[in-house]
Amino acid sequence: MSTLLTRVRQKQIGQMIDAGKRLDGRTLTDYREFTIEEGLIERAEGSARIRLGKTDVLVGVKIETGEPFPDTPNDGVLTVNAELVPLASASFEPGPPDENSIELARIVDRGIRESKAVSSDKLVIESGKKVFVVFVDVYVLNHDGNLIDASALAAVAALTNAKMPNYEIEDGEVKTKTGYSPLPMKSHPITVTIAKINDKLVVDPQIEEEQVLDARISMAVNDEGNICAIQKGCAGSFTPQQIIEASKIAQEKAAEIRKKLDW
Amino acid sequence: MPVFFEKKQLVTPGELLAEGDYLPGENTYNQENKIFASRIGLADTENKKVNVVALRAFYLPKPGDIVIGTIVEVGFNGWTVDIKSPYTALLRASDVLSRPFKPQTDELSQVLNAGELIVAKVASYDRAHDPQLTVSEPGLGKITRGQIMRVTPTKIPRVIGKKGSMISMIKQVTGCQIILGVNGVVLVTGKNLEDEELAMTAIQKIEAESHTSGLTDRITQLLKDEKAKQEEKKIE
Amino acid sequence: MSEKPEKLIDKKGIRLDGRKADELRPLKIEVGVLPNADGSAYIEHGKNKILVGVFGPREMHPKHLSQSDRMVIRCRYHMAPFSVQERKSPAPSRREVELSKVIRESLEPSVFVDLYPRSGIDVFIEVLQADGGTRCASITAASLAIADAGIPLRDLVVACAAGKIDDTVVLDLYDAEDKLGVADVPVAYMPNLNAVTLLQMDGVLTPKEFENAMNMAIDGCKKIYPIQKEALRAKYMAAREELKEEVEE
Repeated sequence: MSTLLTRVRQKQIGQMIDAGKRLDGRTLTDYREFTIEEGLIERAEGSARIRLGKTDVLVGVKIETGEPFPDTPNDGVLTVNAELVPLASASFEPGPPDENSIELARIVDRGIRESKAVSSDKLVIESGKKVFVVFVDVYVLNHDGNLIDASALAAVAALTNAKMPNYEIEDGEVKTKTGYSPLPMKSHPITVTIAKINDKLVVDPQIEEEQVLDARISMAVNDEGNICAIQKGCAGSFTPQQIIEASKIAQEKAAEIRKKLDW
Repeated sequence: MPVFFEKKQLVTPGELLAEGDYLPGENTYNQENKIFASRIGLADTENKKVNVVALRAFYLPKPGDIVIGTIVEVGFNGWTVDIKSPYTALLRASDVLSRPFKPQTDELSQVLNAGELIVAKVASYDRAHDPQLTVSEPGLGKITRGQIMRVTPTKIPRVIGKKGSMISMIKQVTGCQIILGVNGVVLVTGKNLEDEELAMTAIQKIEAESHTSGLTDRITQLLKDEKAKQEEKKIE
Repeated sequence: MSEKPEKLIDKKGIRLDGRKADELRPLKIEVGVLPNADGSAYIEHGKNKILVGVFGPREMHPKHLSQSDRMVIRCRYHMAPFSVQERKSPAPSRREVELSKVIRESLEPSVFVDLYPRSGIDVFIEVLQADGGTRCASITAASLAIADAGIPLRDLVVACAAGKIDDTVVLDLYDAEDKLGVADVPVAYMPNLNAVTLLQMDGVLTPKEFENAMNMAIDGCKKIYPIQKEALRAKYMAAREELKEEVEE
């Protein structure tokens, strides 16, 4: 597979990180430059595309109507799916979602759901019968590392520009009204992923760094600076002290990004 | 220079065994000047080396080992053999046939077929290749009689005993031929079923109680008692 | 549908199941329970009943999944259809796929994978009855099953969760507390190496609350570890005990 790193390269990455620097000149806690483009897919109710370094993720939001879950008659439905599209990387193969795309979708979902980013109680059209169903589809277009943070940011950006059709109940029937309303949002969670390489904590790992990392940890931080989701990943480990340090870094970086995006 | 266990103490993976100027032996590993157990077993020191005699381990081939295996597949120019290790072994046709191998005319399944047992020696093995077997030495080859039993490989030395004393005693009392494969597969061939079963019972008992003391006496007693019972039955 | 209780923990600090904030549910573990598996373990943790079987190291099938320089670990976390209140379809759910992955990643740091290239081990986790904290109980049992298979390990991996219900950080949430509580933090830990190998969190916690919850979960792990070790020892001591009885008679 062309994505394998040579030992020489692995060593180089390790040596630079020991000296506090990375291949692209960043410090250990720098994010790559990123831009987010919103509303680029008109057919979707909401959309956003992020370019985080060369990582490219497009998220589309489709809003439909449907039945609520029986145990939450007064809540809308939110569902997140992720596709690691084969053209995004030589290592992605076509087929049903594998464990990586399922994990990615569930991490993005957790951040949004636990922070109550979307006010699901405002998605009810007719209590117990009809609610808005929000589909968030994460489409990875190019994998150059840190799909988690890129997908999470793009997902929230897509939700912020999503619009839902207006409905009203007339004579016991649900009818569409003209116009759209913005999807009601309460919070803008930001997920920060930190890798452990040579026992050092490295923010926003780029693809080659992901191939040499020991373990990674992703933390979603809400508007108040509280943590609403955590996922440790990959086959290594962290000491408890490293986790506390990572959580401090995550809060700092989330605050920076929040300021940059004005969320 | 502390050691944190008593002689022959039962230790579990991850248990700290020693700190300081010690060397990691069998079933141990070292990290930052500390030695930890990596398998469940009995810990002991041998000069500066800390060893754990594992109570449960699988067999990893070593060149020179005598093993007993089952033919799994008849291939193009040899056989695949299950030697109860993480790697299947290979026995080349050229090793078995005492003349050059002719793929068109030689029918390998007639020489050795799937399901048959062999006693073989590990000719070679390394990290990158599956183990290669050979049967071209006296005493090796197809097994035609006897019973097979399995013993945890780490217990084989206990079954052999000091200078072979334990296994010799079993062979003598039961009159059986016993081949102990290093891979934990044992072949017992006796004059009758009772003798074979007695030998197998003795070996099973050794495996179950290998880490206790007074075992030799109990095995001697078991063999004596059972043989006596057999003699009584014959008289009746 | 039962009513939602008003409080999950009362003024005296007693939870709905009678436990205090830092109390573990009852735990029972047995090693070497499946005759056909190379290693196995069974755990009862509160109402959780989980069985784990390990096969290997053995050659991987299909062969192209093996790696030339290391052992591959495969893990399948699966819930029986009758394990939960509402029958669950036997087909793997997305949750089971994610849990299979994070559980594998929690066990892998303990295994010396470089020692056995081109081989693989399969860890099969079957949840027979679930009541919250199944991933933690699964990891504790799976680690024992791997040790029982004679696979060399750096340490046993033990797991426990902590979380927040009402305004209190508590240890070892059961299903109702997980569903109705504020946050859940499962942790897997290798005690002799001070290494956290699984960490997840859902809910909302301030950074300080998260630190407390994680430390509480690690303390829970440290309490379970001796029970885990004893279960492994017990299997091999059984012969010794039988022997003592024989001699005494």
